[in-house]
Amino acid sequence: MQENENTHIVSYQKLTGILAVLLVLTGITVGASTVDLGKLNVWTALFIASIKSSFVVLFFMRIKSENQAVIISFVVTIFCLALLIGFIFFDIAFR
Amino acid sequence: MHKDQDIAGTKLGMWLFLYTEIMLFGGLFILYAAYFSRYTDDFITGGKELQLAFGAVNTLLLLVSSFAVAASITAVEKKTLKPAVIFLVSAFVMGGIFLVNKYFEWGAKFHHGIYPNSPDMASGPPGRNIFFGLYYVITGLHGLHIIIGMVLLGICTFMVIKKRIHAEDYVVLENSGLYWHLVDIIWIFIFPLYYLVI
Repeated sequence: MQENENTHIVSYQKLTGILAVLLVLTGITVGASTVDLGKLNVWTALFIASIKSSFVVLFFMRIKSENQAVIISFVVTIFCLALLIGFIFFDIAFR
Repeated sequence: MHKDQDIAGTKLGMWLFLYTEIMLFGGLFILYAAYFSRYTDDFITGGKELQLAFGAVNTLLLLVSSFAVAASITAVEKKTLKPAVIFLVSAFVMGGIFLVNKYFEWGAKFHHGIYPNSPDMASGPPGRNIFFGLYYVITGLHGLHIIIGMVLLGICTFMVIKKRIHAEDYVVLENSGLYWHLVDIIWIFIFPLYYLVI
């Protein structure tokens, strides 16, 4: 095997299960968008999108079996993006 | 041992590249959000003009193709190269169908006079112009990523057939897969922002 010992093969069953979760979540997003929740609609959609992305990163991209450098740099990147979004909206909100 | 380090470096390099992509699309999403808060009504009317069916079908295609790419890696690890090729080819085909859908979707919009700098757009409300302007930039850039991803999947398919990707060495497939999954994640955000805005 090319990988370190801690990598194990992800079974087809598991991958199919993840796909099923992603499809169900897509259905929920579409369903939720038909209910009028005012401003909450946008947040609901983004929240579900974030959950879906987490599933892709964790199980399709297998980030947990990557080495420490990848995991740390990934978290830092997401943190920087969140910081950027946070500060920009802090600015926009008080104009 | 030496080979292991090479692989770790190759994959770290791919992830670093993916971070630049995250910031690129992240910046565009910020632009979307900032204008959404300024032209909320125009964005809502604009979103209603996009057809949910196109967005939903394309979402399904990308999710299933992402699964297929992940499954192709499993197949290579299990030393079953034939399923790996089938998974890769099906992911490639789904990417192709995605683009065909995009072609018809854009075509219909052009037909209705909705394209950058069209007379309809230029004379309409600024928020509507910005909504569709960003729509073309973001989905266009994403479409370009689909094309690049398909090229990578095509190369991987060829390499699996030629036995240059196998259970002992498949980092090229893993990195191409990472790219394809990122393109999927970007669409996961584009879909609600454009097709489901309330």
